[in-house]
Amino acid sequence: MILRLVERTAVLLVSLAVASVLVFGFMAVLPGDPARVALGVNASDEAVAQLRQQFGLDRSLATQYVDWLGGLLQGDFGTSYVSKVAIGPQIADRFQVTLWLVVTAMIVALVLAAPAGTVMAARHRRISGLALSALSQLGVAVPAFLAGILLIMVFAVKLGWLPANGWTPPAEDPGMFLKQLVLPALSLGLVQGAVLTRYVRSAVLDVLREDYLRTARAKGLRPFPALWRHGLRNAAVPVVTVLGLQLATLLIGAVVVERVFVIPGLGSLLLDGVSNRDLLLVQDVVMVLVVAVLVVNFLVDLLYVALDPRLRVSR
Amino acid sequence: MSDVLSVQGLSVTVRDKTLVQDVDLTVGPGERVGLIGESGSGKSLTALSVIGLLPEDVHAAGSVRLAGVSHELIGADERRMSRVRGLQLAMVFQEPMTALNPTMRVGDQVAEAMLIHRTVPGRRSARLAATELLDRVGLAGAMKTYPHQLSGGQRQRIVVALALANDPALLICDEPTTALDVTVQAMILDLIMQGVAARESALLFITHDLAVVATICQRVLVMYGGRVVEAGPVGEVFTRPRHRYTQGLLAASDLESADARLPTIPGNVPAAGQFPSGCVFRTRCAHATELCAEVPPWEGTPAHGFACHHPAPAMEPTHA
Amino acid sequence: MRRLNPSLVVGAVIVGLIVLTALVSFVWTPYDATLVDPAIRLAKPSWSHWLGTDKFGRDVLSQLMVGSRTTLFVGLVAVGVAAVIGVPVGILAAMSRRWASEVIMRSNDLLLAFPALLLAIMFGAVFGASTLTAMVAIGIATVPSFARVIRSGALQVMRTEYVLAARAAGRTPFPIALRHVLPNVTSLITVQASVSFAIAVLAEAALSFLGYGTPPPTPSWGRMLQESQEFLFSAPRLAVFPGVAIAIAVLGFNLLGDGLRDRFDPKLEDRR
Repeated sequence: MILRLVERTAVLLVSLAVASVLVFGFMAVLPGDPARVALGVNASDEAVAQLRQQFGLDRSLATQYVDWLGGLLQGDFGTSYVSKVAIGPQIADRFQVTLWLVVTAMIVALVLAAPAGTVMAARHRRISGLALSALSQLGVAVPAFLAGILLIMVFAVKLGWLPANGWTPPAEDPGMFLKQLVLPALSLGLVQGAVLTRYVRSAVLDVLREDYLRTARAKGLRPFPALWRHGLRNAAVPVVTVLGLQLATLLIGAVVVERVFVIPGLGSLLLDGVSNRDLLLVQDVVMVLVVAVLVVNFLVDLLYVALDPRLRVSR
Repeated sequence: MSDVLSVQGLSVTVRDKTLVQDVDLTVGPGERVGLIGESGSGKSLTALSVIGLLPEDVHAAGSVRLAGVSHELIGADERRMSRVRGLQLAMVFQEPMTALNPTMRVGDQVAEAMLIHRTVPGRRSARLAATELLDRVGLAGAMKTYPHQLSGGQRQRIVVALALANDPALLICDEPTTALDVTVQAMILDLIMQGVAARESALLFITHDLAVVATICQRVLVMYGGRVVEAGPVGEVFTRPRHRYTQGLLAASDLESADARLPTIPGNVPAAGQFPSGCVFRTRCAHATELCAEVPPWEGTPAHGFACHHPAPAMEPTHA
Repeated sequence: MRRLNPSLVVGAVIVGLIVLTALVSFVWTPYDATLVDPAIRLAKPSWSHWLGTDKFGRDVLSQLMVGSRTTLFVGLVAVGVAAVIGVPVGILAAMSRRWASEVIMRSNDLLLAFPALLLAIMFGAVFGASTLTAMVAIGIATVPSFARVIRSGALQVMRTEYVLAARAAGRTPFPIALRHVLPNVTSLITVQASVSFAIAVLAEAALSFLGYGTPPPTPSWGRMLQESQEFLFSAPRLAVFPGVAIAIAVLGFNLLGDGLRDRFDPKLEDRR
């Protein structure tokens, strides 16, 4: 168990290091000079040279990389070449917003998928199971931003129950915060829930075929309690793996949904950075997203071990 | 005394195929009955019909009654069946490696068997009883282990322990030692024998291993093609088989034969549901005639008899 | 008897219709899809414009038809990129030594941390948004799932007796990969291609929606959606039509993938 923890941690650290090189390297291959990009084509050579010097862009790539990574490790994300504002606090601010969105969406997805997938599996030969199955197939085919637009059309435009867009920090006005959170969280969560439902279904179907479930029935448990007591945890193992990957999808899906609902999250920051050609900002946000994904996968791996005692044996 | 288990006219079908037909079977109190046959003979399906755990699209018809249970077991709803399973009627399955929940401690799985039927007053006493049960199957201190930490033989002992947890009136064992090493088999058999003896439980033991039946059972039923072809006391059937299939089966597995080459039954067991009409064995039987196109009537008493048009002579020895 | 597999039939019909629409759009559309006519801005559906017109007076049906070309083109190239890289990588990982295979799969996992959308935005930031960057980014992001599936399939093939026999006979890895492994994973490749196509369609739509996909004036379903956003109150149909098109396309490729999987591996099919 400890061996596995050490191994996983090592893999995480190496992955993070390689990812940072990839992100930095990718931004460094940019045709043209970031300073000129930031200032625009009409900037004078002196101004560009000054900016290059100011932000250390005249140093070697290796030095720049070490400097950037060292800063990140101390929580210093650098200063934007374009707006000359410190990037760190912006990211922290925006990340909170995205986190609200993603976590709520994940809860929506789970609350939807766990019972729906189980029912689909338990009734996979009956009409009710097939109908749910078809519905989930349809849900999988709808991208989150489209779901967002449809939800706005129904609940904001037609019914007028909820605001069509916008964002209020929870500390400022909790009521408004919740109202504005509902639609974006639903559009992300419903779609993700449809995907998750299919995984839950196949995991539960697999468990239903297991011998130990028959043993449980032979002990005198009825079908549903047998599935509940003996199937749930076993079915959770493959589902948890998918959850990790889904969190990655959600983080990125949030980028688009933030655009639909005009929410000032990490995604909008990234897109603004791209359109302002603010390369350091883009580089930082991408790095944060990748780190988030890798760390989530690492945690999922640990959760996996907690769920399945067979993995606790040290190899 | 009345029988613990009484099966009358049992048939099992999947879609349009009949897998088990007209099986009659009784097990008396404390009696140990063997059910033998090759794979595909319908012996496992017979057992699963009794406990009501047939796969989803497989259906049983006929009558299964258990002493102390007022209702018919075939067609009983889940609510009623679940009260019988694990309490009056318990089962040990063939594959110990997969029969236990991998994510639950072994002790909890044994204790659960008693908690479900409230045969113990509470969690603590269930745990105590489970500890004692595990102790008696030679696995003292296994309470907190997970199945993957145990060997196949150890796991099968756990399965036996939880089957016996509520002192069932009838224990069904479906090839409980087939998946195990030969060295472990004897220990499991011993455990089962002791277990049923201590509880005065009846035993229905399913196997294809004649030697096992000879050591464990008092009475034996021979199945082929979904039908019982011969039944009787183990000593009688094994020394003076009357049905030609039983005869072939015994010859093929005669371990004492000096001849290095064992005789075999010609041909293969047909696929499920593909058995011939009339006598199910006639396509592989050297003695078959046109008469065998008709279902042979049962000769003798229900407890001791056979169904064959051309039986082996009553006094003929097992093999020439 | 083998029952007709409904997923396969429905999926194939949907995909077939989309391909047909794209082909027809080359020779005929009701109007020129890029023809701007301010006189008929935001026209409702009518006999002359079956699905109405958009804010520039362009015919929506014609745009949808031409948009299917964009969708299929992006999907095709992206899946092509993913397969050309992913299949060899997967086979290589299955056939190479333990540590080499470990390194390949770890890199593969790392790539999973860069989803299609993120990669495409990065590409867009560096090279400028275009159909090409979108296709390549989606393709690269789809490599890991391809490699993973192919690897597990190839591992199974490597354990079969004919491969063991070939290895025992002294055949070198490359001919084995070509003659034994590749032909036996083609069904997996087909299934994965279909599923990846669905993902590519989704990603393309999202990218065009964000403005990082196909640049105007080439019609694209995602951008039609984005342009419709300002008219959610006055003309919601402008969002509904391309939205339905995207959903149907994704559904079609997903069903096709499911159906093919059941077809190739009947063991996995729960006979419904």
